Amino acid sequence: MELLILAVKAFIVLHVALGLGAVCTWIERKGSALIQDRVGANRAGAYWYPSNPLLWPIAPFIRIAGMLGIINTLLNDAVKALLKEDFVPEGTSVFMHALGPFMAALPVFLAYAVVPLAPDFTIFGYHVQAQLVRIDTGLLFILAMGSLAVYGVVFAGWTGNNKFSLLGALRASAQMISYELAMGIVFVTLIIGYGTLDLYAIVESQQDGWGINPLVHPTGWLSFIILFIVGMAETKRGPFDMPESESELVAGYFTEYSGMKFLLFWLGEFAEIALFALIISLFFFGGWHIPFVELPEGMWWAALVGHGVLMAKVLFFCVLQIVIRWSLPRFRYDQLMSLGWKGLLPLSLLNVMVTAAIHI
Amino acid sequence: MNNNEKSLLNVDYGIGGITTHLRPREEGDDLHSETMVLNLGPAHPATHGTVRIVAELSGEKIVDADVELGFLHRGFEKMCETVDYNQVMPYADRLNYVSPIINNVGWCLTVEKLLEIEVPKRAQYIRVIMSELSRISDHLTCLGASAMELGAFTVMLYLMQAREYIWELIEDVTGARLTISYGRVGGLKADLPEGFAEKMHKALDGTRDQLDKADRLLTRNRIFIDRMCDVGTISKEDAIAYGCTGPFGRASGVDYDVRRDYPYSSYEDFSFEVPLGEKGDNYDRFLVRYEEIFQSMRICEQAIKNLPTGPICVDDPHIVLNPKEGVYSSIDGMINHFELVIFGVKPPQGDVYIPVEGGNGELGFYTVSDGTGKPYKVHVRPPCFVHMGTMKKMLLGSNIADVVPIFGMINMIGGECDR
Repeated sequence: MELLILAVKAFIVLHVALGLGAVCTWIERKGSALIQDRVGANRAGAYWYPSNPLLWPIAPFIRIAGMLGIINTLLNDAVKALLKEDFVPEGTSVFMHALGPFMAALPVFLAYAVVPLAPDFTIFGYHVQAQLVRIDTGLLFILAMGSLAVYGVVFAGWTGNNKFSLLGALRASAQMISYELAMGIVFVTLIIGYGTLDLYAIVESQQDGWGINPLVHPTGWLSFIILFIVGMAETKRGPFDMPESESELVAGYFTEYSGMKFLLFWLGEFAEIALFALIISLFFFGGWHIPFVELPEGMWWAALVGHGVLMAKVLFFCVLQIVIRWSLPRFRYDQLMSLGWKGLLPLSLLNVMVTAAIHI
Repeated sequence: MNNNEKSLLNVDYGIGGITTHLRPREEGDDLHSETMVLNLGPAHPATHGTVRIVAELSGEKIVDADVELGFLHRGFEKMCETVDYNQVMPYADRLNYVSPIINNVGWCLTVEKLLEIEVPKRAQYIRVIMSELSRISDHLTCLGASAMELGAFTVMLYLMQAREYIWELIEDVTGARLTISYGRVGGLKADLPEGFAEKMHKALDGTRDQLDKADRLLTRNRIFIDRMCDVGTISKEDAIAYGCTGPFGRASGVDYDVRRDYPYSSYEDFSFEVPLGEKGDNYDRFLVRYEEIFQSMRICEQAIKNLPTGPICVDDPHIVLNPKEGVYSSIDGMINHFELVIFGVKPPQGDVYIPVEGGNGELGFYTVSDGTGKPYKVHVRPPCFVHMGTMKKMLLGSNIADVVPIFGMINMIGGECDR
């Protein structure tokens, strides 16, 4: 029975990750169109008039989804990518070439395993934790998985057998490692502030709904801003998309990828956007807590409401990242490095000192 | 920066016989380091003309660069020798295809100078309006494309929307959007349509709105300023030495504008300012182009306000086709029509060089006439070609990421540069 619950939970968590990634893709598609005065994807499925009468009841919903670009984003892209030729450049290791996208996407999905998605609840006499595994060192696990993702990028750039991929991979690895320093130090600040590494305990300590509340967590805003910037740099998006800057490096480290492998990079990237939005909501914005509203503990419906609240917060931060990505030009590599090393790193060190001084 | 003297190996890597230099280990090098040769183009997302930049990289820095032009050479000058003077017009459209009317006007003025005629005032004013509209669309394209290359894709689409207003206007007048062939020797193809003034004001207002959006997104954006400031700097002396004109030269402080210094087509009737840059970097080029759009709008509005009435072509049946009634009803008209269609305009012998202010700088046409209906020799002075000469100087020592904005702000148009 325990095993069954674990399997069901693994299934749900994986689909939350995939679903968030898919929703992010859709928001990116239609949101960018909205920002740029375009229409965006609105054709695939919009004219679906099936001849089979049995399909008529669902046809209007499919048509509406098609008009909103959902069919295009979720179905057509995936099918198209699966049917494409899987191109492997000459003179490279086929195994390592295939390992690249997996190593880029897998750590992101693994990181979801320790993230709590709703408060604990009791159903049919079973006490369920809405989290795949509750480990005491959840925070460190996320940091570790974030560091692993760099291998995928390096493999991809190296096995591309192409100078553009190589340059992109070098930029990406340097960028990720530099920004992970600041991220690690922000995590130290959080550990000092919350006194625990357990993500569930961190969320539960924000009962009033605002982890960022200056009375509770004096340097919360600073930590939040640093973590948000670092998060965008870690996902290699927004103004930090140096590794794949399409105007100079064609497509950066995944220049030589096609089909589903190419899509896997994007899926990993969008899942990572959602992951960062998720941990920011959990660390600073109370996770599933609603300000000034107390949900009853242990009720299944309360967990459902809490999950909805958490997802709303997550989507807000996803949208925020996407809006930033579509409004700003990108940095240059050296400017990015100086922002990381000269700006964010000293700031996060100062942050940790101040937090430590307050808590001692 | 120049490692050529110290190089041990000259490696010919095949294409085009371009050699590169492997840098041997030097005193002070911790590790053995080699430079990498990166081939940007001819087919590369950043090279929106067809150009090839072979960059030798040390890390991210460019230590040597070779800029190759000519991929879009179509033999414009030679083609012109095979057709009569009016038939050059469609070829001229395809020089700078973002602002084709300026090319048309330049060519018309050249032939008219050979013929020693002056077109009516109304035609001159319409030419000015259309040239300035083209200049706006040219600058909008340049600003939008360079914003896109820095990752600000949204700004590009805003500016493309503004360009769309302008092009709809141009389509209204000429019937085409891109290759419009609006100019004719001795006048224009057609008069302005009815209600043009209102449409133009509306389009210019729309353009102002879009430019305002772009301004809010870019001009004071710290990332944008960091990317553009002090990148690709050309001093005033260098700019003069290389022969830079137009917005590119003016950004370096070269106070030269053909419209003001050698007025043609009644430009002396309008008041406008010539914006000048100080440092000559990419940011100055951006601002100069941005300001020129507003100056062009000023000229357009003055011209439409004071638009004279009258004919739009010279009254000379040897230069401009007779109206059809004359052709069908009189023997003179028939003969003139026949002569003009078969043999074309026949300017007297001589040669002439006429510069106009193109979107990117001084666009000059040099034409030799031998008294027949076809030009004996045509040469174009394309502004981009001259500006591309400065490319290597700007590239050396900059980052690989700077190639794109530098190239973007030169605004090389393949058709014009390679002819």
